[in-house]
Amino acid sequence: MPTLLDTYAPPADRYDELLDAHGKPRAHWRPLVARLDGLGVDGLDARAQLVADSILSDGISYNVHAEGQEARHPWELDPLPLVIAPEEWHYLSEAVAQRAGVLNATLADLYGPQHLLAEGLLPPALAFGQPGYKWPCVGIRPPGGIFLNTYAVDLARGPDGKWWVIADHTRSPAGAGYSLQNRIILAKTFPDAFRQLQVHPLSGFFRTLLDGFARLAPSEGEPPLVVLLTPGPGDDSYFEHAFLARYLGYPLVEGRDLTVRDNTVYLKTLRGLRRVHGILRRLDDDLCDPLELRADSAVGVPGLLAAVRAGRVLVSNALGSGVLETGALFGFLPGIAERLTGEALSMPSVASWWCGEAAALDHVIAHLDDLVIKPAFSDMSLPAVFGHTLEGAEREDMIARLRAQPHAYVAQEWIRMAQAPTWGPAGLQARTVGLRLFACATPEGYAVMPGALGRVAASPHQEILSMPRGGVSKDVWVRAAGPVRRVSLLKRRLGVIDLVCGGSDVPSRVGDNLFWMGRYTERSEATARLLRATLSRLSTGEDDDESSLPDLLAACHHMDILAAAPDPAASADEREKEVLAAVCDPTQPGSLASMSRQLSYSAGQVRERMSSDNWHALNRMARLFDRPLLSVGQALAAVDRAMLDSISLAGFALDDMTRDEGWRFLILGRRIERLHRLAALIEVVLRFGDAARERSLEWLLEATNAIVTYRARYRRVPEVLPVIHLLVFDDSNPHAVIFQINELDTELDSVARDLGHPRTDALHAMREALHRFDLTRFEADDNRLACRALAEQLERIADDTSALSETLHKRYFTHTAPDARTH
Amino acid sequence: MSAVRYHLLHDTLYRYTYPVSESRQMIRLTPRLLEHQRSLSHRLQIEPAPSRSENWIDSFGNPVRTIDLEASHEHLLIRAESWIELNPRPPLDVAQSPAWERVRDTLAYRAGRALAPELLAASAFCFESPNVRLKREFAAYALEVFTPGLPFLAGVQALMARIHREFTFDPKATDVATPVTRVFEQRRGVCQDLSHVMISCLRSIGLAARYVSGYLLTVPPPGKPRLIGADATHAWVSVFCPGLGWVDFDPTNNTTPALEHITVGWGRDFADVSPVRGVILGAGSHTLKISVTVVPESEFSLVYENGRAQPAA
Repeated sequence: MPTLLDTYAPPADRYDELLDAHGKPRAHWRPLVARLDGLGVDGLDARAQLVADSILSDGISYNVHAEGQEARHPWELDPLPLVIAPEEWHYLSEAVAQRAGVLNATLADLYGPQHLLAEGLLPPALAFGQPGYKWPCVGIRPPGGIFLNTYAVDLARGPDGKWWVIADHTRSPAGAGYSLQNRIILAKTFPDAFRQLQVHPLSGFFRTLLDGFARLAPSEGEPPLVVLLTPGPGDDSYFEHAFLARYLGYPLVEGRDLTVRDNTVYLKTLRGLRRVHGILRRLDDDLCDPLELRADSAVGVPGLLAAVRAGRVLVSNALGSGVLETGALFGFLPGIAERLTGEALSMPSVASWWCGEAAALDHVIAHLDDLVIKPAFSDMSLPAVFGHTLEGAEREDMIARLRAQPHAYVAQEWIRMAQAPTWGPAGLQARTVGLRLFACATPEGYAVMPGALGRVAASPHQEILSMPRGGVSKDVWVRAAGPVRRVSLLKRRLGVIDLVCGGSDVPSRVGDNLFWMGRYTERSEATARLLRATLSRLSTGEDDDESSLPDLLAACHHMDILAAAPDPAASADEREKEVLAAVCDPTQPGSLASMSRQLSYSAGQVRERMSSDNWHALNRMARLFDRPLLSVGQALAAVDRAMLDSISLAGFALDDMTRDEGWRFLILGRRIERLHRLAALIEVVLRFGDAARERSLEWLLEATNAIVTYRARYRRVPEVLPVIHLLVFDDSNPHAVIFQINELDTELDSVARDLGHPRTDALHAMREALHRFDLTRFEADDNRLACRALAEQLERIADDTSALSETLHKRYFTHTAPDARTH
Repeated sequence: MSAVRYHLLHDTLYRYTYPVSESRQMIRLTPRLLEHQRSLSHRLQIEPAPSRSENWIDSFGNPVRTIDLEASHEHLLIRAESWIELNPRPPLDVAQSPAWERVRDTLAYRAGRALAPELLAASAFCFESPNVRLKREFAAYALEVFTPGLPFLAGVQALMARIHREFTFDPKATDVATPVTRVFEQRRGVCQDLSHVMISCLRSIGLAARYVSGYLLTVPPPGKPRLIGADATHAWVSVFCPGLGWVDFDPTNNTTPALEHITVGWGRDFADVSPVRGVILGAGSHTLKISVTVVPESEFSLVYENGRAQPAA
């Protein structure tokens, strides 16, 4: 019976990870080969399916940039691991640890005494000429003198089996989280083989990483709080950030979650400011501090560098460490290693020529076919170009570019990289493979993760290994010389102590977005009601002296829904156009469409807190205004839909969302918005002239959703006193001002109590003033004075509500109120 | 020539459309101390009062003040006021400087050759920086002036003259974000742009050049009095000449700065020495008003009759 291996026929001009020169499996692969043979084609297909299912169900993704399209792409993991023998691992890990040490010493020198430059061991162009060299970081000595807390390196194996370094990652090395995820999946896909091969576990490495941060973070005796700083969900490897944060137990934060006060970094939470002692950053150097680095960075933390300079926070890796991410350094590294550590590098870098040296440029142009051209500066977004693929004009063009800016390019020897078997629809296939290894600093030097991210070319004849260009990954199994002990930082099963109830320390950003989500939901509903009253009067063509349409339009303008004050001379068509714009023009502030956009934005920021039904209602609402609405009838339908969606969002908030600290702010937002709009709208009507006021009572009841109650109670046409009583003073009517004041009061009380802040007594004064108001004043034949007095009171209530919103904002979200506290 | 004294008043006023709740600003308005420049008095006044402020020296040796404002405010005024004394610099004989190729070769990297500290320091100013590019067109422009064997400083002077001749001073042509390549194409810009062009030319042929920010004494139109706020910040170029050190050239005025240029600080380009740079927390936009007044000591009492400014100590 033919074995699986009989179908594997790799090209012979490269090193094959599985087969030796005689076409026989290498010794360290044999137990795995035997297992795979036992599974057969069907068995392997089933395992491949298992791998694909795990990736989908865990939502592991990576942003792929192909053909100008950005798309979140499922992560690709080849079901076959790459196996590494213990003795080979010994060499690899020693070499990587050594190189990390040399690079760390290089950073310490470049930002410190600069011996390398003074002694001619490194061209100043490769330090000062690199955009990655951060002048504001000169002279900063990070905690423990460690610049490179974490490090990743890309390795390639040549045809003779020798390993070469092809790239260093010194800024914020990515991929360790993905390799951990790969391991979790493959260990359960091939549990028996995994045990039998005695594969080194990865968890110890992450334990070491955690210990390193805890030890180095300047915490002055406090339990250190370390956070993982991500650019946000838009980033290519956001999944990895979220996964690593969860695995390491670090809060996942964005720049605006942090603030620097007194050269100290704080996390803004609803409970107050919490000091941050360490930041594992996944941001580029340039983006970390808009004050001293790139000013247009919206994802950084202003003042972070000052906190670093003051020694108040650990940032990993040290800011400015990106300067080493260049192949131009390779040629100088042996001399650097000798000078700084007195050792020879045990693994060579791929032969490299930095074109900034005249002799090197000549060599590169003469030997273009054997070289790969890469950018010399880490911020250049030029893909690697293989010299042998260039012909005619393309080749001339490349040479011209090299001559024009020689210092910007580096050429590397083209290594025919090793290959390894992969499993796919075509069965066993050889593909180009490289390794990314990871290291972290410990007091005894660098520890290397016993495993790697295997990087596999996207197709059989491809050379380039790049996840952003659609490559595939492999788990890398490093075999231990003896039995291994397994511990995982992810607990196998949760105990009672792990049970999570409505989280504490909710980031302020979450509260802020929920607050605005609440406000916009309420505002959409109120706007929709007012527009519905307007549209229905437009559609009936009711347009005589008795019509309340002009009053409604005036009120819409007062409430910022209509862009311009209604023009009495306007034609019916013009008026209709303006009202339609107030419904569906997203560029007009205050329109229903722009409201629904703002609502989607706030909600999108806290998407993880919403059920899928909830999210669906939001999306449906956002799509209502995708196309312009052409008639009053269409607009009425859309407004009705928007109102129903707003109401169901309110329902989800009550029935569907976890009632943690963040949730309270959603409710606060709704209450504040309702109180504010209600007071403002009633005030508008009270300030109308007598006739307009009388005409407007009907639509006012409609717009405040109280018409049914009114009819049930009074069974007659609306009159000022009973309407005012119902909408302002009736504490049993949820659409009355006093009811909202009371509700808001209760809500603020419990927020202040739960979050340990002093409460504000703004509402108390509002309530007292309403209590003192003498309603019998409306019984007078001329009630104008009463109307004006109440209008003034409502105006004050609206203003005080806005001020209250501002106070909450400062106290809980930006922490800039006088009582902002730290703990 | 003997020493001259100047009074400097530099106001920066931000007005915000919405109150700003949090603000952090980095201020570089304190003139450096130099062999030819003494500071007789200097103070920075900030309104509203910052909740915290810190003085430090940046990587290029410039004094910086960082301020934090944590109380809500609708405007921010930063006023720098100084009395500065300028002394004559040593006379400059451009013909006496070494051939420019020698200067270039001294700065060029050669494996294993040690760099003297001043050369290492100068090499910080040889490469690209946020507003300076190394490009063939800059090199070609410079080489038309830097003929073989020309004394280095004579070359720099000729380059300065060429830029002054061929570029038009035009405040409308550029803003702070206009790239130097664009300025070079359109041959127009302000002092900052002309300095960036000249620096790009010099660095593109392997020479060290830095950007100097400061003030220039202006002469009021004939018959008109000197007015408060009529001046502006200025920028020029400094080149490194082995043996001589750094020598200043002002391409906007085609002159070698002497007793009318007051230095505040320097860096690789404008981005390193921008006078006020900050981040605010708040919605809305702002307006910015900058007013600079440079007054010779002899005219001080005339200009500040009302006693608004501090007389010399």
